[in-house]
Amino acid sequence: MDSLIPFTTSGSLVDCVDRKMLVVLRDGRKLQGVLRSYDQFANLVLEDTVERIYHQDVFAEAWRGLFLIRGENVVLLGEIDLDQEDEVPLRQVEWTVLEPYHKQDVANKKKREDVKSQVLYEQKGFCKEGGEGDGY
Amino acid sequence: MLIFSVFKTLTDQTVSVELKNDLSITGTLKSVDQFLNIRLDNIKVQDEARHPHMMAVKNCFIRGSVVRYVQLPAEHVDTQLLEDATRRETAVQKR
Repeated sequence: MDSLIPFTTSGSLVDCVDRKMLVVLRDGRKLQGVLRSYDQFANLVLEDTVERIYHQDVFAEAWRGLFLIRGENVVLLGEIDLDQEDEVPLRQVEWTVLEPYHKQDVANKKKREDVKSQVLYEQKGFCKEGGEGDGY
Repeated sequence: MLIFSVFKTLTDQTVSVELKNDLSITGTLKSVDQFLNIRLDNIKVQDEARHPHMMAVKNCFIRGSVVRYVQLPAEHVDTQLLEDATRRETAVQKR
């Protein structure tokens, strides 16, 4: 199996296995968990995963568990620096407190994107976005 | 395959990658593969206040399919050579 992914970046994810990683998905979700496995498509297995939401300088966490993420949905995989993690100037609050703010943020962003693509289509001669319309 | 080769010559250089979600990351190019997946070390995120989730991240892997563009250090790219190589490649394909 090793010979299938020689000297490639996805191959070099080997040093990230068993580390705490941040995964950003195409729908904007941020997951933090321990990377247990991966392959050449960046399909990922994350264990002990929590989902995090952010609003300005506060964040909240919710327990999610074990994930197998299909590679096409992955935007970015970041290694969390455990020393730096404690220095981050963010405040944690209860999920239920932050969730309405986060939902509002997401709704605002979607509205903005919708208006943008409408203008691009009607006035600027761009084609309608293919597929899922999430900008990817 | 040409662009892949270009990226390979740029390892250990500083590049800026802009993603389709408008996140812009500058870092040292560690490696790249045939899908143009990119590994960056010592990353710095532009406008970090808008992307607080990246504050604790030092190194990252970016999936090639989500990259909008990459800013390269111009002094390390020989565009003349690249142009010649492109012509040669198309000549081979036509034959």
